[in-house]
Amino acid sequence: MTWETTALVIAVTAPFVTAVLIFALGERRDAARSGVNLAGAALTVAAVVTAAGAAVAGAPDAYPTAGIALLDIGFGLRADLLGVLFAVIAGVLWLITTVYAIGYMSRASDRARFFGFFSVCVGSAIGIALSANLLTFFIFYETLTLATYPLVVHSGTPAALKGGRTYLTYALPAGGALAVGVVWLNLLTGPVEFAAGGSLDPALATTHPGSLVAIFALLMLGLGVKAALFPLHGWLPAAMVAPAPVSALLHAVAVVKAGVFGIARVVLEVYGPLGPELGVTQALAVVAGFTIIFGSVRALAQDDFKKRLAFSTVAQLSYITLGVALASPIAVAGGIAHLAHHAAMKITMFFTAGAVAEEVKAYRVSEFDGLGRRMPLTMAAFSLAAIGIVGVPPVAGFTSKWLLGIGSIDAGSGWVIAVLGISSVLNAAYFFPIIHRAWFRTPKPEWAHGPAAGRPEGDMRMIVPLVITAAIGLAMGVFAGMDLSPASWAQTIAGWEFPW
Amino acid sequence: MAEWIARQLPALVVLVPFTAAPLAYLLGTGFGRQIALISALLSQPLAILLAVTVVREGELRYEVGGWGGPLGIDLVVDGFTAVMVLVTTVVGLFVTVYALGYFGNRERYRFFWPLWLFLWGSLHALFLSGDIFNLYVCLELVSMSAVALVGLTLRREALVAAMRYMLAAILGSLFYLLGVALIYGAFGSVDMQTLREVVRSDTTGQAALALMTVGLVLKTALFPLHFWLPPAHSNAPSPVSAVLSALVVKGSFYILVRLWVDVAEPMAFPGVSTVLGVLGSTAIIWGSIQAFRQQRLKMLVAYSTVAQIGYLFLLFPLVTGGGQAAADAWMGGIFHAVSHALAKSAMFLAAGTVLARFGHDRIDGLGGLSRRAPVTAMAFGLAGVTMMGLPPSGGFVAKWQMIRASIESGEWWWAAVVVTGGLLAAAYVFRVVGPFFGREVDDLDDADLNAGPSPWTMESAALVLAIGALVLGIVGQPLLDLIMVSAPALVAGVTP
Repeated sequence: MTWETTALVIAVTAPFVTAVLIFALGERRDAARSGVNLAGAALTVAAVVTAAGAAVAGAPDAYPTAGIALLDIGFGLRADLLGVLFAVIAGVLWLITTVYAIGYMSRASDRARFFGFFSVCVGSAIGIALSANLLTFFIFYETLTLATYPLVVHSGTPAALKGGRTYLTYALPAGGALAVGVVWLNLLTGPVEFAAGGSLDPALATTHPGSLVAIFALLMLGLGVKAALFPLHGWLPAAMVAPAPVSALLHAVAVVKAGVFGIARVVLEVYGPLGPELGVTQALAVVAGFTIIFGSVRALAQDDFKKRLAFSTVAQLSYITLGVALASPIAVAGGIAHLAHHAAMKITMFFTAGAVAEEVKAYRVSEFDGLGRRMPLTMAAFSLAAIGIVGVPPVAGFTSKWLLGIGSIDAGSGWVIAVLGISSVLNAAYFFPIIHRAWFRTPKPEWAHGPAAGRPEGDMRMIVPLVITAAIGLAMGVFAGMDLSPASWAQTIAGWEFPW
Repeated sequence: MAEWIARQLPALVVLVPFTAAPLAYLLGTGFGRQIALISALLSQPLAILLAVTVVREGELRYEVGGWGGPLGIDLVVDGFTAVMVLVTTVVGLFVTVYALGYFGNRERYRFFWPLWLFLWGSLHALFLSGDIFNLYVCLELVSMSAVALVGLTLRREALVAAMRYMLAAILGSLFYLLGVALIYGAFGSVDMQTLREVVRSDTTGQAALALMTVGLVLKTALFPLHFWLPPAHSNAPSPVSAVLSALVVKGSFYILVRLWVDVAEPMAFPGVSTVLGVLGSTAIIWGSIQAFRQQRLKMLVAYSTVAQIGYLFLLFPLVTGGGQAAADAWMGGIFHAVSHALAKSAMFLAAGTVLARFGHDRIDGLGGLSRRAPVTAMAFGLAGVTMMGLPPSGGFVAKWQMIRASIESGEWWWAAVVVTGGLLAAAYVFRVVGPFFGREVDDLDDADLNAGPSPWTMESAALVLAIGALVLGIVGQPLLDLIMVSAPALVAGVTP
């Protein structure tokens, strides 16, 4: 086994091993658990970065791979450019979220269970990123479905159990549809490996067009739930009963992006040119476009802060789906770049929601008047991220929207420009009032003089991570032109995806 | 020496538990426990070696006493046999470990050890039998020891359930024996290898097969002949419940598969396999709904067995067409038997821990279990993943193969049943597991007589079995290969 292959295997297994150790340590040994968790996350980041380096050096035909025999396909891992991008996002944000979560959960119960399943989720997300074929992808995808459940219901309240049931009601049938789609596709074409530019035999478009369209629909049903495509998005706002680190890392990054990432794999690396030829990607683009407007409109009406963020996520995820579905390298680059950009910005916002809820017990937007005085760093970070999502340069969101816009013209789908325009206005309409309230409204008397003298504005284990992620979001935009920025990385990937 | 042992393997896997059983009886409880553990540990390398030898050398034949067929008793080992022996041995070990803690040194349960070892040996003998009369004998030995084990506690409900179980078992055996007699009369042999050549689809042959099928279906508790199973499996002591659901029902299923797919394949008519498939599908749906409606955990798990048995019967319609679909169905069906054995024993053992520790198994009273008994809650939940057939569990690989087979054969409705069954399983599993994460309820106070936490051996035996079922979906390929070794002609056409 070469060094790169070892790194690939460690990247996927380290979080699972971390989970086992956390479960074994049990509830009482907090220090040991935190140590193991941080060490596991750090090891994962190191391994993922090593694998990413190998992927960049090896692209496009010498990616590190590993696997064992399973069924006719094999259980296979591969560090390719698209995969490592998602894996690096998940790994790095896991490390940051772990610090945040140790602070956030310090007074909560069932911590071993929480951190254990959290690690399983991250391991599954990285497994999803580094899967070499659809079978492996599916195995990790469903593992993620199940491992998320204990986190959604973590608090054990009736509301949490109900949220968990809603989540399963969407996710499990989706898994069934996905399973049938994957088996069927395998039968039609033989083992389905992911390959830049699509892995299906172009002749199939004429011999089996009906089956291919049906399979695509099944796959999108399965992936669309996690990607929160309308009308499969209903579980996401309901899942906001979960603790803040879950909403932040899983429901803004790992779980939901596993869905859009899967869509990217299927559209770009399985169907490839067959997608536009069969007309299925155009249909997907329309659904995504509608979801963008729909999610933004729904976000407007939410007073509950986390719910507003959740509907914003619904809309933003569809930017990625839309970019992937438009058959243009530039739009695809925009979509994939947004995968990274939205991750950094939205995780900042959910971190904010958790920090604010813990520190000043404010859960609704209407309770945020003057919050900027009380928690200046937190609200500054939030404002930066919000501006980014609206698409104001130089924060990262601008870059992805810019690429998406140019790409849509390139793809001959001018209507996308209108969607992007309306959405930006709506984004501003649901985020700017929060910023306005926090900074320009009269604060409650006890907030007027800021945090108590000599005390920080909150638990620094929570504040520092959210400042870091906000800075990452800003850096991704400012340095978008540099070689290893997500935007350039996405453009390189998009270049490989379109040999046709 | 090694060479000699290798040749004696088929006999040894049967002899070890059969020798241990009378010893355990004669030496009493204290020694019985140790003998059972020694026998269980000794069986592990034997079963593994047997599987390895089969993979290396193909089908094995062993003539007991050197007589050979048609006079003597032949033991025959192919991939199917080796897999069943292996899973019995592995589940057996962990049930034994669990039972050590569960029964303790209590004198009134002294008969558990000899009966259990006897049942274990009979199951091995059944899987290894080369002729249909020996299969009958072994089936009877299995049933009788199983019935005795169900009534072990001498509690009223247990005795009633055991009696009902016994009547069903005897009736099933009689039907089967009648079929054997007809076959022997018509074709002059009971040896399966010989029968494969001579059996014909005439009236006698069909009548014999029909009788045997009805008897075996009753013993396997296929819907609508499942009525005896839930009370027997849920009222038995929990280690016994585990063995019954995980292994014993698979004994009669094993014979059914041997008969239809292996021996009588020339006379197979699609009508019967479709009927078996439809009954299996109904069992999946009906059993899952019944499971969902139960108030007691062990009853829920027992009805889950009724449902999961249904999947096994999808094998019949799917192999009928031959070709790759048959091979996939063969692998899927048997792999399902294996992963279900691991997961279902884990579930019953976990339920048993709950019952022993808290004095009840009311599902409504299990809120907050993940805090009070995290290991047991985890074991039950992970076993549930296999019941739902979700990856990475072994149940997933089994269902994957079944869905494959049904799309290949163009009979997509079986795939619809498989997916629906998985969702229904999710409904009954999460009905139990959901509240584990909820607020604690008062019902989880340790029962007076068993105060204090359960022995760690009990909790971890269930967890290890559940983890085994869970990772089978990733590391199960060697097992799939083993299943295909010397597989019947009908399914051996193509191997992936």
